[in-house]
Amino acid sequence: MIQLENIEKVYRTDTLETVALSGINLSIRKGEFVSIMGPSGSGKSTLLNIIGLLDVATGGKVSLNEKVVSSHKDRDLANLRNRELGFIFQKFHLINDLRAIDNVEIPLLYRNMSYKERRKMAEEALEKVGLISRTSHFPSQLSGGQQQRVAIARAIVGKPKILLADEPTGNLDSQMSDEIMNILKELNQQEQTTVIMVTHDKRMADMTDRIIRIFDGRQVA
Amino acid sequence: MIRNYLLVAVKVLWRRKFFTFISLFGISFTLLVLTVATSFLDHTFGPHAPELKQDRMLGVYTVRLTSDDGSFQMTDKPGYKFLNEYVRTIPSAEKVSIFSDFTSTATYRKGEEVKLYIRRTDGEYWEILDFEFLEGRPITREDEQKANFVAVINEATREKLFNGESAMGKSITMEGQNFNIIGVVKNAPIIRMTPFSDVWVPLSTFKTSGYKETFTGGFMAAILAKSEQDLDLIRSDFKANLTKVQLPDPKKFPRILTGADTYFESFARNLEGGADDPRTGTLISILVLLAVMFIILPTINLVNINISRIMERASEIGVRKAFGASSLTLVGQFIVENILLTIIGGLLGFILSSLVLSYINNTGWIPYAQFGLNYRIFIYAFLMMIIFGIISGVYPAWRMSRLHPVEALKGGMK
Ligand SMILES: Nc1ncnc2c1ncn2[C@@H]1O[C@H](COP(=O)(O)OP(=O)(O)OP(=O)(O)O)[C@@H](O)[C@H]1O
Ligand SMILES: [Mg+2]
Repeated sequence: MIQLENIEKVYRTDTLETVALSGINLSIRKGEFVSIMGPSGSGKSTLLNIIGLLDVATGGKVSLNEKVVSSHKDRDLANLRNRELGFIFQKFHLINDLRAIDNVEIPLLYRNMSYKERRKMAEEALEKVGLISRTSHFPSQLSGGQQQRVAIARAIVGKPKILLADEPTGNLDSQMSDEIMNILKELNQQEQTTVIMVTHDKRMADMTDRIIRIFDGRQVA
Repeated sequence: MIRNYLLVAVKVLWRRKFFTFISLFGISFTLLVLTVATSFLDHTFGPHAPELKQDRMLGVYTVRLTSDDGSFQMTDKPGYKFLNEYVRTIPSAEKVSIFSDFTSTATYRKGEEVKLYIRRTDGEYWEILDFEFLEGRPITREDEQKANFVAVINEATREKLFNGESAMGKSITMEGQNFNIIGVVKNAPIIRMTPFSDVWVPLSTFKTSGYKETFTGGFMAAILAKSEQDLDLIRSDFKANLTKVQLPDPKKFPRILTGADTYFESFARNLEGGADDPRTGTLISILVLLAVMFIILPTINLVNINISRIMERASEIGVRKAFGASSLTLVGQFIVENILLTIIGGLLGFILSSLVLSYINNTGWIPYAQFGLNYRIFIYAFLMMIIFGIISGVYPAWRMSRLHPVEALKGGMK
C-alpha cells in the first residue's frame, strides 16, 4: 500500500547541508501497524512527513496504492491527504478557538458535504474516542489525553486508510498513553486502518506488528 | 463552497475581535475621507440642479491678456462686450447666455441691513439652467429687452426677508433700485460659479449702459450645445472667433488666452496659470495620485496586520493543509475574509460619511452646500475599496500559500 524507494532528504542552506534521510527503502502493507524508532534527530519525523505527503523528498520515489505520487501537484496532494491520510501530532495541534466538534470537522470541510452530514460524522468520530460528552468544549477545557483523543477523532473522521502518528503519546503520562494506544490498536484491528507511529517508547513499539529503526538518517532494521 | 467560505470568514473575524476592530476602523476611516473628498469634487464638478444639462454646457469664465513673451499678464473675468461679440456669435451653439458675476449688495428690512449677493442675467440664463421654482416665474428675454425691474430671489432670501411667506407681489430695494419679485428658486451652492446667487435681476437694469463697452471684467457666459458631440465644434468655433478679436491694447497685450470650458477644465486652466489649452489630464493625474497616496498608508498597514494575523495562525494553516486544504483553497478563504472585512468597513465608512457630510451641510461653512452621497460617489468609492481590499489581501495570501505545511506546524515561516 505504501512504497518508498531510495528516499533521500537533504536540507540545504547557504552554509550548511544536513542529510536527514538517505537510502530508505520501505514497504508497508495494508492493515499493518508499524512503529518507527530511533534517537532524537535521526530523521523519524522527516520520514513520517514524507510518507504523509506533507514534505517532499529530495530524492527517490513515494508510491501510494501503486501510484507514484512524488511528482503530484499541490491540489492532488491536498486531495490525497484529505481522502487517504490522517495525522496525529505530538503537540495535538488543535485550533484553540474552535470547539472540539469544529476541530474534528476540519477534514470534512474540504470535501463536498452538507453541514448535517459533517456533524453526524464528527459526532461518530468523537463517540469512537469516547468523547461524545465533550463536543462543545474548547481545547483549553480538556485534559491532555482528551485533547489527543479529539485529535485522533479529527484524524479518523474522514475514514482514511492510513493513520500517521508522530509521538502521539509523547506529551502524555503512561495511563493516558495506554488509552491512546488502545484506541489506535482498535482502529487497526477492527477497521483494518494502516497505522504508522513514531515513538521513543519501547513498550509502545512492542505492541505493534513491526518496528522500523532509524539511525542517523539510515534504516538499520 | 462560497457559503462555507463566508461562514468560516465570519467565525474567524468574530474570533479575532481586536484585529477585526482595528481593520474595520482603518478601512472605514479611509473610506470616510475618500468619500467626503469625492463628494466635494462631485458637488463642484458633477451635474447637479440647476445645472442638469451640464453634459452639454460650456462656459467662458476667464480671459488672460499677455505680452508676446508672456512677461506681462492680466487675468480677469471676461467683459460684456467681448462675450457679446465673440461668444454670442458662436454659430454651433444652441443658446448662449451672458450674465454678471455675483457681487455683494444689501437691502433693508425694518431698518436692519440684510447682506445679499446679486447677479444680473439675460433671459437665456433661465433657459439654459433648470432652476426649480418654489413660486413664480423666471426672468425672460422680454424682461431683459424692456429693462423690467423684476427680480428672482432664492429660498434663503425669502426666509430672511419675508419669514418664508410667499414673496409674490412684494418688492425688494437694493442700491436705490426697486424690483418686483416675480419668482423664488431653490438655493444653489456657492461652489457653482454659474447658478449661485441670492437675487437675480435683468442685465438691462444696470444704472448705466457702460457695461456694454467693457472688454474685460465682471461677466461670464454659458454656452448650451445641441448635443454632447457638438462641444468640440463649439470650442473650435470659439477659437476661430478669437483670431478675429480686436484687442483693447494690442501694443501692450497682443495675445489673448481663453476658451470654452467645463468647470473641470476651467479649474485645470487656472491651476496651470491660465495655459492655452487646459490639460485636464494633469489635474486628473494629480487627483488620482492624491487618492492613491492616501490609500497607500492604510493599505500597508492592513497588509502588515494581515501578515501578522497569518503568522499567528501558522499552526492552524499547517493543520488545515495536513487535512486536505490546498494552497488555493486557503488563499480563497483568506481573500473572502478580506473582502468581507472590506465590505463591512466600506458600509460603515459610508454611514460615517453621510453623517459627516450632513454635519458639514448643517454648519453652513459653505453657503447653500448640500453635500450628499449619490450613486456616482458610491461607485467611485466602491471601486477604490475593492482596489484597497485586493492589494491588502493578495500579498499576504500569496505569502501564506507559500507556507510549507511542516514549517507551519512548527509555527514559523522561512
Ligand atoms: N528545516 C530544517 N532545516 C534543516 N535541518 C532540518 C530541518 N528539519 C529537520 N532538520 C534536521 O533533520 C534531522 C532529522 O530531523 P527530525 O525532525 O526528522 O528528527 P526526529 O528523529 O524526528 O527527532 P525527534 O525524536 O527529536 O523528534 C535533524 O538532524 C534535524 O536537525
Ligand atoms: Mg520528531
